Amino acid sequence: METGNASALSSPRARLLPRLPALTSYLGRGLFHFLLTLQGLGAFALITLGVMITRFGAAREVIRPRIFQEAARAGLRLLPMFLFMAAALGLVVIGQTVSWLAPVGAIDFLGTVMVIVVVRELGPLATALLVLARIGTANVIELGTARAMGEVEALEALGIDPIHYLVVPRVIGMALGVFALTVYLILGALLSGYLWAFVQDVPLRPGDYFHQLASALSGLDFALLAVKTLAFGSIIALVTCYHGLAQPLRLEEVSRATVAAVAQSIIACVLIDALFIIIYLVT
Amino acid sequence: MTGHLPAPAGAPAIEMTDVAVGAMRDPDTIVAKQINWTVNAGEYWVVAGLHGSGKSDFLMLTGGLMPPRQGRYQFFGGAMPIFEEARLKERLRLGLVFDGGQLFNHLTVAENIALPLRYHYNLSRSQAAATVSKLLECTELAPWAESTPGTLGRGWQKRVGLARALALKPEVLLVDGPLAGLDPRHVKWWLGFLDQLAKGHPLMQGRPLTLVVTTADIRPWKGHARQFAVLRNHGFVVLGAWEQLKAASGELVRELLTEPSQTE
Repeated sequence: METGNASALSSPRARLLPRLPALTSYLGRGLFHFLLTLQGLGAFALITLGVMITRFGAAREVIRPRIFQEAARAGLRLLPMFLFMAAALGLVVIGQTVSWLAPVGAIDFLGTVMVIVVVRELGPLATALLVLARIGTANVIELGTARAMGEVEALEALGIDPIHYLVVPRVIGMALGVFALTVYLILGALLSGYLWAFVQDVPLRPGDYFHQLASALSGLDFALLAVKTLAFGSIIALVTCYHGLAQPLRLEEVSRATVAAVAQSIIACVLIDALFIIIYLVT
Repeated sequence: MTGHLPAPAGAPAIEMTDVAVGAMRDPDTIVAKQINWTVNAGEYWVVAGLHGSGKSDFLMLTGGLMPPRQGRYQFFGGAMPIFEEARLKERLRLGLVFDGGQLFNHLTVAENIALPLRYHYNLSRSQAAATVSKLLECTELAPWAESTPGTLGRGWQKRVGLARALALKPEVLLVDGPLAGLDPRHVKWWLGFLDQLAKGHPLMQGRPLTLVVTTADIRPWKGHARQFAVLRNHGFVVLGAWEQLKAASGELVRELLTEPSQTE
């Protein structure tokens, strides 16, 4: 009998059963935490939107320079890195495409491939992830440290709305920054793509290449590109500001908040990207 | 500057009835309760208490950064804290100087002082420059106007916090531990400057300021502050003038009066 029990307990199913409550509890906690974060982020986004509307034009002499400052930080100052990335992206896409399409004589699709891969997908997403890495992380650290050092209380004591002063410029600045950088990345990648094709002796004239690009692009591409990049920038700014500001932090908690903000920003961007793919497919 | 006519001397500025103070970082903890306290316009109070007695939390509540856990707190007759945009001018009648200055590290000293002015009155840098320059001179901070707060010593950082709080010309000024960790030269300057503010500083157009200061060492305030209170055992005891303080019994009062302090 004992032997029977022992063999039953040693079966994989028996080993799993005692752990099942712990596993469901773990999953439940995770789901609950996820829902709470989602609720917090949603509330924070609504509050920020509310402040943007109700305080529109208020303290213009202070807020406008801060928006320019944030747009420059999340845009112009990252331009050299993005030009390098554009050259690399053009090489990767054209290099792979030529090596696969040239043997079947499908060089006529180079422009189309560039539009699908760079304009619709990689350009906006790569830009968002790079801005997140360079500026989003800095946002959480700056705001988390400011929160831990009592700077937010100091703003409140001075009657200055922390959302208006700290968050609104970052959201607008980052949205504009991601949009502008995506445009530069795409233009750079399309240009460098042709150069790499030229280097690889692809018999394609510049006029033909740009004709391919133009015929692959539609008005919807331009509209969705703008909406998508502005959404990426806003979401990254909101998630990083939320983790830096929305709850009281101690200095030692700033690194944890940064990791959480990066992970959630990536998930949010990928989900938005998936939503736009669906829109493309439907339309 | 705040758009209100200054309250006449003797009018109630701060009125607390059965107020309980929660900790700023841990709302579930009560640091002081059953506080019944009235501060009239033009008075100069020192609230003493040992480290950990909740002085800073008490001042954060008085400064309107958190609501009382219990009881009623009125500021110039209106309910505090004030979060409504419509009552912002009322809220700006009160200035708060934090223990560590709590300065904005991404701004220079001059920008820190100019920020509340520029934000509330939508001023450009040049429009705020004259007021900022006066504040820098009064607080002897002019040589560090373009430095960032991180490059200044603690004593100077506190002065930046004071200048920033005075920029909006408040009627009531709360100062958290102004003498903590300062050398005798800074201590002398603070006591002298606060006296001038209480009597009417030219910076405030000669209008006397209502002052509430917290401290862990009560002795330097003899001859300066006019009223004293003590935070002890989660309670708030109003002691009155220095003579009444000297006459008060209790271990804490004796400690505050006689213990040599290492912190101030």
